[in-house]
Amino acid sequence: MGYVLSQDSFTRVLGKIGLDRRLYAPVNKVGEGRYTDVDVVRYDFISEAAEIEMEKKSDYAFKELLTPLSETLFFFTENEVKEADYDQREVLVFLRACDLHAVKRLDAIYLENGRFPDPFYKRIRDRVKFVLIGCGHSYEDCFCVSMGTNVAPEGYLFSVDLQDGSYYIDVKDQDLAPLFAAEAEAEQEVMARHVTENEVKVSVPADVPLAVYKDPLWDEYTARCINCGRCNFVCPTCTCYTMQDVFYTDNGKVGERRRVGASCMVDGYTNVAGGGQYRRTNGERMRFKVLHKIVDFRKRFGYDMCVGCGRCDQVCPEYISYANIINKVKKAAEGGAANA
Amino acid sequence: MRKMSENPYVPYPSEILQIIRHTDKEYTFRMRFTGEVRPGQFFEVSVPRYGEAPISVSGIGRDYVDLTIRRVGRVTSEVFEKGEGTSLLLRGPYGNGFDTSLYENGEVIVIAGGTGVSPVRGVIDALAGTKDARDKHVIVGFRSPSDMLFRDDLKRWDQALDLILTVDGAPEGYTGNIGLVTKYIPDVPIRDVKKARAVVVGPPPMMRFSVMGLLQKGFEEENIWVSQERKMCCGLGKCGHCRIGQTYVCLDGPVFNYTESKNMLD
Ligand code: SF4
Ligand code: SF4
Ligand code: FES
Repeated sequence: MGYVLSQDSFTRVLGKIGLDRRLYAPVNKVGEGRYTDVDVVRYDFISEAAEIEMEKKSDYAFKELLTPLSETLFFFTENEVKEADYDQREVLVFLRACDLHAVKRLDAIYLENGRFPDPFYKRIRDRVKFVLIGCGHSYEDCFCVSMGTNVAPEGYLFSVDLQDGSYYIDVKDQDLAPLFAAEAEAEQEVMARHVTENEVKVSVPADVPLAVYKDPLWDEYTARCINCGRCNFVCPTCTCYTMQDVFYTDNGKVGERRRVGASCMVDGYTNVAGGGQYRRTNGERMRFKVLHKIVDFRKRFGYDMCVGCGRCDQVCPEYISYANIINKVKKAAEGGAANA
Repeated sequence: MRKMSENPYVPYPSEILQIIRHTDKEYTFRMRFTGEVRPGQFFEVSVPRYGEAPISVSGIGRDYVDLTIRRVGRVTSEVFEKGEGTSLLLRGPYGNGFDTSLYENGEVIVIAGGTGVSPVRGVIDALAGTKDARDKHVIVGFRSPSDMLFRDDLKRWDQALDLILTVDGAPEGYTGNIGLVTKYIPDVPIRDVKKARAVVVGPPPMMRFSVMGLLQKGFEEENIWVSQERKMCCGLGKCGHCRIGQTYVCLDGPVFNYTESKNMLD
């Protein structure tokens, strides 16, 4: 069922929904961007409609909620290991179609890959529900249409679109409908908006022969990429982490084991004890990352990992376009000259 | 003792039953363990404050596993401070390990270098116990005579099967074999090279050249198995560090048939 709400009435609904849930949404952080006087849109907990950034695309994804940058797994004392407590409240995450598709990728790694679902991921994931933010137009760098992620999958409680100061809500979860009905200015058919075309288009090759792994196309990135890892940290589908032990006392008897986000572009990612290292050049690392997103993950799970959100292109300080790389890989896979 | 956690990340304490010193840098820790485990699988050994390190199983008994540890990093150096009767925290076993039944019949070559002997120790023991052990050939290489591991086993294996023990280099007066393991591959007497099987484990260049040597000798690709070493942070298929293409070494490996591993490009 669809409803049209003013900002104030939407806030009142959020107040009721938020009584026993936390609300996590993109927020425009004024002046907190990479350069002074530049804003950045990143996720935070909110309580009012006005706090949600409904227009700009978020620079960082929602994933920090599910896979925190640094997460305590358990505490050590001298003779005991104690699992860390966590916030048990339900969370409602506001996100766009591409990011809702990304959740499926995070689930694939953390819940399906291997013999055990990851218990730390699962306990948060079980408490997370989603709200879809519609896309009225495509943004710079988006290529969701090429990746087939422009239309949201099932699995959100309601959608929200902001048009001319009014919030257009399509409620999927009937338990929530009365809350909206009580505040609505109008009840009408509402459909979450989605884009049908992006300026950026990529063509993902159906198969990538092994020769492409050795193709000289990757060499360019050995020179250009500075392996800062930002592309991994903004990506809604990057999941890698490294374990880290931290101790509080000098005698080392009390402390914790954490996992912290890891980047396959950064030095040390493959280091094994005794000095062995794989993929030393940034070109090789780029190949490892890109082919995971568009080939290797698909071979394991049946669909592409990349959801075409374009954040990696946007964040790269060296202006490396990942979308371009996909198209180069396609050419190379089909036997053409990559740089033609 | 604390009850075992349901959480696969939480390690359990295991008693150090015995410490066997091979060299200054390599000890075998015999750890109390009961449960299913195969040669070639690995455990995550943790020392709070220093972290975890993946260590392959070098021996299996009724109520223990052997972990042969090389003192090369923060975690392993710390493990060397431990004594018998104290305990280490473990998680695992992880990975597929070797299916020793594949190597029980017919002609087999095992080629192992340095610490690569650990994961195949159980395989070699299985070979030594077979009826046609004279058809089982083992080439083991160490950097120098003082780097040799499992000296008692080497003596035993020398009695039971065809063992070629070699070192890359040795001080003057050393009377044993000197040379890389690859030097000995052509001379191993194999009657039916199309059916013979091979296992190769060791540092990456040693594995590459040994496999080349076997292929040149006429071995079939599908009759060769290797074990891959990668950074294994979780052992659970989550952290991503061990991934090569679509393959997770911690889940799908570390033991691979060569027909698979030849297509795994880092
Ligand atoms: S953001 Fe750009 S420069 Fe940094 S690691 Fe990624 S591709 Fe390289
Ligand atoms: S690889 Fe880039 S475009 Fe694809 S999901 Fe990750 S950040 Fe978005
Ligand atoms: S060791 Fe973490 S995914 Fe394999």
